[in-house]
Amino acid sequence: MGDNLLKVEDLSVGIESGTILHNINLTISSGETHVLMGPNGAGKSTLGNALMGNPAYKIEGGKIIFDGEDITELSADKRARAGMFMSFQNPLEVPGISLESFIRNAIRQKTGKPVKIFQFKKDMEEIMKLLDMDPSYAERDLNVGFSGGEKKKAEILQMLMLSPKFAILDETDSGLDVDAVRTVSKGIKEYQKKFGGALLIVTHNANILESLDVDYTHVIVKGNLVKTGGPEIIGTVNEKGFESFIEEAAK
Amino acid sequence: MENSAKNNPVEFNPELDVSKDDINAYLDSQDRTSIYDFKDDESSFYKLDSGLTEEIVNKISEEKHDPEWMHEFRLKSLDLYNKIPVPQWGSPIDGLNMDNIVTYVRPNTDMKASWDDVPEEIKSAFDRLGIPQAEHDYLAGVGAQYDSELVYHNLQESVAAKGVVYSDLESAMTGEYADMVKEYFMKLVPPTDHKFAALHGAVWSGGSFVYVPKGVTVEVPLQSYFRLNAKGAGQFEHTLIIVDEGADLHFIEGCSAPKWNVANLHAGCVELYVKKNARLRYSTIENWSKNMYNLNTKRALVEEGARMEWVSGSFGSHVSYLYPTTILKGRDSQCDYTGITFSGKGQNLDTGCRMVHLGENTSSLVTAKSLSKDGGINTFRSSIEVMPSATGSKSSVDCSSLMLDDISRSDTIPEIDVRTADCNIGHEAKIGRISDDAVFYLMSRGISEEEARSMIVSGFANPISKELPLEYAAEMNNLIKLEMEGA
Repeated sequence: MGDNLLKVEDLSVGIESGTILHNINLTISSGETHVLMGPNGAGKSTLGNALMGNPAYKIEGGKIIFDGEDITELSADKRARAGMFMSFQNPLEVPGISLESFIRNAIRQKTGKPVKIFQFKKDMEEIMKLLDMDPSYAERDLNVGFSGGEKKKAEILQMLMLSPKFAILDETDSGLDVDAVRTVSKGIKEYQKKFGGALLIVTHNANILESLDVDYTHVIVKGNLVKTGGPEIIGTVNEKGFESFIEEAAK
Repeated sequence: MENSAKNNPVEFNPELDVSKDDINAYLDSQDRTSIYDFKDDESSFYKLDSGLTEEIVNKISEEKHDPEWMHEFRLKSLDLYNKIPVPQWGSPIDGLNMDNIVTYVRPNTDMKASWDDVPEEIKSAFDRLGIPQAEHDYLAGVGAQYDSELVYHNLQESVAAKGVVYSDLESAMTGEYADMVKEYFMKLVPPTDHKFAALHGAVWSGGSFVYVPKGVTVEVPLQSYFRLNAKGAGQFEHTLIIVDEGADLHFIEGCSAPKWNVANLHAGCVELYVKKNARLRYSTIENWSKNMYNLNTKRALVEEGARMEWVSGSFGSHVSYLYPTTILKGRDSQCDYTGITFSGKGQNLDTGCRMVHLGENTSSLVTAKSLSKDGGINTFRSSIEVMPSATGSKSSVDCSSLMLDDISRSDTIPEIDVRTADCNIGHEAKIGRISDDAVFYLMSRGISEEEARSMIVSGFANPISKELPLEYAAEMNNLIKLEMEGA
């Protein structure tokens, strides 16, 4: 604890049309769960993508230190191998490769070692059961024809199989019904408990947070982190929305 | 990020969607020249015509111990070859060195390359594809023999027990099935068809003859790969397959290894006869060396209730013209064409297929994919012809092209010629690129960029590779990976 697993220093991020994030500072230590909230278009997903290394988002200034290493210039695959993960808001459909062989392939690439099939299958079956996923999904092409809920579960499945040190969950709860949110939360809890993994949960509503232990909450407005505090902020947002934060930011 | 269209790793823009109104409008504008017709251009014909003489053809005929009819056939074809001009409608073939080819077909000329002349890229491809040394020599054109005799022999014996004939065409021409060869040889692809069919008729050499008797199902695919050592095969080889009533065969031609030849023309010919209620699947993976002009002609005649299936992978070659034609003659006959073409640097591959619906209730299904990179050019041509007799017929063409960079090119040239209102025709063409979002998604799991692109491309090719037997599918995937390196 308190090991500063992820340290974001004065990070500014832009796309072609201009700067989106301004001088973001954020520190996340092993095992901590952080929540990033903010109104639509505030830059939540941009921060997630920039941390993961999406080349569509350009780092205009500042640094990202992960596990003691400056990863600002590293490509996404190297960040993943260093122990980062992102659950996508819109997971891509990739025909021709099954969910199972994709995960196996990813583990092999990440560890550089062959995967022990028996243990792998056993782990995968268990996690799919926990996530209430039909075992047949393992054989299906990655995300192809999956419902929104199954796609998000498949993301959490990948997270649990790849056991990263730090995971970004980008709007994992969006578009899910109550039951699916509950199931996905179970998966996230498992990640906290089993791997002691650190989390940055990007969301604009609080449903997914009900059953999770949250250490810190950050509020982002117009590309600026305007407030950092404990889980009590979630309650404030639930009651009053982002209004007060927006007003504060305007000052 | 809320764009659902971005959820596909390949971003497509629908290019063409033909409605019934379009077809009616098309019907009215009929009587256009078929894309397969050849235009006259005397000048280029004279330029290329040098050296192939009657004397040479006589010698070939003599060496092959042709029966008299075949000798005459060759001479008639030669005459046609000298009269028919070079086609002008497709990829340019100016680089074709006819002198070299003529020298090559001259009998008793030793035109073997030396190992040193074999391009480095081909040598390293052999290694990476895991081709044994003995085959290296054969495939590189430096060794005359590749010792596959035993495998070939065993295969031949196992099918012979069922009455299946599988031999080289030369021996079939004089053996027990001589009459059958005479009855079917170049009836489907006559030498009058085009200049290279005429050339083929004059100088053909090597190839396979397969006859599957009535009602016989051949369980294992017959693979011509095992008899690559037939003398002169691979240049002007002729494949003649007759699947008799109710019989079933899967024939596989070619292999994934790049074939190097001194002479840079491949003008093979494939004739497939699928009798009543029979089924033939004909799979090919062609990977010619990148100096090759691959001007191959393939055609199938499908009788009542029969089914023809083409699975085709075109890699390699400098220029290809390859459009397997299927004539759906009998009522309720069917044809599936599944093909993939990959063109890289310096390649111009013009591929596709032609379906001619003659019988009632005939159906054709075309699934074509193409990949281009490093400035490679792909042209997909399809011609769907539905004759007045083909009432109740159905045809569906789905063509998707993936361009792997900004300098490559992909064209789709569909032709639909429908002469009855009672039919159902669909055409869909898509051209796209690998989406950056998809690459990022895979990379976020620890997969390298190169591997991510390769995975997406393999996925794109999957509908074709899954139609191939496992070892061929694996070979094709390796081939794609090889072509993708440095993309």
